[in-house]
Amino acid sequence: MHEPTVTSELVAQHGITPDEYEMIKSILGREPNYTELGVFSVMWSEHCSYKNSIVLLKTLPKEGPMMLAKAGEENAGVVDWGDGRAVVFKIESHNHPSAVEPYQGAATGVGGILRDIFTMGARPIASLDSLRFGSLDNPRVRFLVDGVVRGIGGYGNCFGVPTIGGELIFEDSYTGNPLVNAMAVGMVKTDKIARASASEVGAPVYIVGSKTGRDGIHGATFASEELSEESESRRPSVQIGDPFTEKLLLEATLEMIDADVLVGIQDMGAAGITCSCSETAFRGGQGMHIDTGLVPVREEGMTPYEILLSESQERMLVIVRPGREDDVIAIFKKWQLEAERIGEVIEGGCFIVDHNGERKVDIPADALALGGRTPQYKRAETKPTHIDTAQSWDQDSISQRDNYGDVLKRLVGSPNLADKSWVYHQYDTSVRTNTAIGPGMDAAVLRIRKTNTALAAATDGNGRYCYLNPRRGAQIAVAEAARNLVCVGAQPLAITNCLNFGNPYKPEVYYHFAECVRGMGEACRFFGTPVTGGNVSFYNEEGPRAVYPTPTIGMIGKIEDVRHITTNDFKATTDYIAVVGETRNELGASEYLKTVYGLTTGKVPALDLAREKAVQQFILRAIQNQWIASAHDCSDGGLAVALFESCIGRDDHLWGIDCEVDVGAIRPDAYLFGESQSRVVVSFDDANRQIIEHAAQEAHVPLTIIGRVAEGGRFVIKPFIDESIEELRALHRDCIPTLMDERVTASRVA
Amino acid sequence: MRFGVVTFPGSNCDYDAYAALKRVLCAPVEFLWHGDSDLKDVDCVILPGGFSFGDYLRPGAIARFSPVMKSVIRFAETGGLVWGICNGFQVLLEAELIPGAILRNESLRFACQWVRLRVDSNRTPYTRGTRPGDILRMPVAHADGAYYADDETLMDLETSGQVVFRYVNAEGIPDEKSNPNGSRRSIAGISNREGNVLGMMPHPERAVEPILGSEDGLTLFKSLLGTTATGVDSPLRKRVVSDRGV
Repeated sequence: MHEPTVTSELVAQHGITPDEYEMIKSILGREPNYTELGVFSVMWSEHCSYKNSIVLLKTLPKEGPMMLAKAGEENAGVVDWGDGRAVVFKIESHNHPSAVEPYQGAATGVGGILRDIFTMGARPIASLDSLRFGSLDNPRVRFLVDGVVRGIGGYGNCFGVPTIGGELIFEDSYTGNPLVNAMAVGMVKTDKIARASASEVGAPVYIVGSKTGRDGIHGATFASEELSEESESRRPSVQIGDPFTEKLLLEATLEMIDADVLVGIQDMGAAGITCSCSETAFRGGQGMHIDTGLVPVREEGMTPYEILLSESQERMLVIVRPGREDDVIAIFKKWQLEAERIGEVIEGGCFIVDHNGERKVDIPADALALGGRTPQYKRAETKPTHIDTAQSWDQDSISQRDNYGDVLKRLVGSPNLADKSWVYHQYDTSVRTNTAIGPGMDAAVLRIRKTNTALAAATDGNGRYCYLNPRRGAQIAVAEAARNLVCVGAQPLAITNCLNFGNPYKPEVYYHFAECVRGMGEACRFFGTPVTGGNVSFYNEEGPRAVYPTPTIGMIGKIEDVRHITTNDFKATTDYIAVVGETRNELGASEYLKTVYGLTTGKVPALDLAREKAVQQFILRAIQNQWIASAHDCSDGGLAVALFESCIGRDDHLWGIDCEVDVGAIRPDAYLFGESQSRVVVSFDDANRQIIEHAAQEAHVPLTIIGRVAEGGRFVIKPFIDESIEELRALHRDCIPTLMDERVTASRVA
Repeated sequence: MRFGVVTFPGSNCDYDAYAALKRVLCAPVEFLWHGDSDLKDVDCVILPGGFSFGDYLRPGAIARFSPVMKSVIRFAETGGLVWGICNGFQVLLEAELIPGAILRNESLRFACQWVRLRVDSNRTPYTRGTRPGDILRMPVAHADGAYYADDETLMDLETSGQVVFRYVNAEGIPDEKSNPNGSRRSIAGISNREGNVLGMMPHPERAVEPILGSEDGLTLFKSLLGTTATGVDSPLRKRVVSDRGV
């Protein structure tokens, strides 16, 4: 087989800089051959090596009494749940593939994160998806939304995991480069956690699951460059998902882990065989020797280069305990899957690949694996000028609207604040029969069988905030995720994160990135919620502009008693409605400014971490004592929108409200639609009023009763708003279906 | 009564049906494997939801040829209780144990939502603990759920009382808005002429505990177990003909 000669052009085509090429030569003590160049290229890509982010990521808090595995040690973070159980969870991006081929891009994003979970022995119990697109007025965007939603549903529904939450946000900055961040949560018995490590010399190495094809070659490299017109031609870099095979792989994998026949196991995601072999070998302190000629392939004539770099889905690397090979083969046969021995664990720490006996690769594993000798850089930071401009914007420069009812109608009928059920009705939200709260609430809740506990999960991020003030924006993302969990009755435990940014070689992008990491770290330290892992996605750019800097926080929390599960909808007429927290004279960075005035500017809302914590602790206490009937985080769209959302009850029953507010020195629009942080809308009955007011005082948390829940179909906030709740709800419900359904078919044909 | 839940490759609601019986109702239940023809002497076979064989050809089309299905068909033909839920309903239709077919949802999208079902026949072992007109609330979750049969078959189903469930609104009336998939005549579930085979798209096994949002699915399980308040102790495997029309 003839292989291309390694030239400087070929090196550049592989995304390797001249300096990095010198490093490679000094590691090997010679020139790499073509296959080795391919191996270095994927393993040293941004996607696998985190070379431009790892230095900063190391500053994040990873410690906590409940952490069973720290970030980076395993495929996903592991948090102790008690009762001999652990939660495994992680979030990952699949932005670039989804931009090019939305259905398969999103589907394989879900498939990849699910494998990260069950490769650790955990059965996936939930999936969440945080999505960001451009404006729905753009036909290409509608095509992307349609494909991504179908892809997520198509994969998760067939696999049999409930998709219980996430986000859907529209901003022009994501037009050409959508963000598709998929999170999965799994549960495992602590004595059954599988390790991604090849520690036993002589242990046979198997590839299991699907055959290896030519799909997804250089997917990791593709994800490590900016999108351009040529990206369309990268479509073969997008993998094809097969959720049915993944379901079989899940059952076979869990059966195998349960049978205790493994030394280690790792899924094959980015960089396929190369990454899984070198990383497990490195973690186990050993080497690995495989023969690509033994790998079952889908197509004739695949080269070792292609086999090593293929990102064909639904595959795992399995390191078997010597003597238990037959058990592994029997389990895979039962599930009608391939299991082929391709090599063994060796001494010496090298990743060695032969092809039908001929040596193709011989590289020290630690030169390839994350945490080893891969390159690490800290880039230059420059503060973008727009940040200071936004800080000095005067909110009194805009005039007030004269009809706030009309403003509210416009807001609840705008895509970012509208009902998202068009999306989540396409996801199976109740399979596995644990879903206590599905999508559409502050956080999703799953009961944990055979215990009295429940798990809450949410994703949160605000690109606009981070664009205007990255440090505070990231803090707010963490604070809001925690607040969301608290509102359903959960104590926040830990986070995973997906960091979506532009090209890190641009100093302004890197400033955003660095500030966001710092802000996230500060907030996580303050709340005691360690960062268990996640993923960095750079190069989210199309044309001259990067996407808004968008850290997506995935957070999990624990509800100690299922009776404490609380929803955000009002429960009874005449219940009091109160705002916990302080409403400030803030309009900056709000959805209101953007939707009504077309402005993305101003100061991002202030965040006092101590106040935030006090509010959250008070809400949790009120829920645990069953003082309150509902709790709803007040965020995008402000108080008026939060109140409206609480009016939508079970089976679409609509409550009215009868409120009266005294805005004092605050602008009415800031009072109604400003996004002051650390606020929660609660409702409670007469009997609990005194105790709640007393407890709030004790906790030094402001609590303002503003009115009562009412029948009669009116949404009243005197002296500003008096609207029909039916009308508001119709605008809210019909917005996305109207924008999507009628036009998506046309755009696909066109 | 002993239950068996079949696991096909790609079944993903098998555990949910199992858990509803085992954990909620404390009824004897075991899994049946698609590759085995042994039904382990159970009294009721449940064909669960999911994507058997990936639904890659057509939902239920491949599962229908599994070794276990040969036994299930024989069991059904001799009066055994066979209950197909969602993908299981599709398998029953492919196996021609009940008439008609399932088409892609009218929306051409997957639909997961709460629906209301009206009981139109309580002359089956699955619904004998209910009264005609009772409304049950439970989820649907499918991409292919539009029940289809030609006019003649529909007329026959109606006159012989084989329409067991219809999608209805809060007032108990079938209408376009409450029909999640475009099923003809809002049909959500039908039985064979004898009533021992029931196929339905909605998921009763997902509505068995208050924490899941509804317990209405329990009514059907309890009807089989003979533990509902209004349950008649009629002998199973008896020919059931309903006089209830549309």
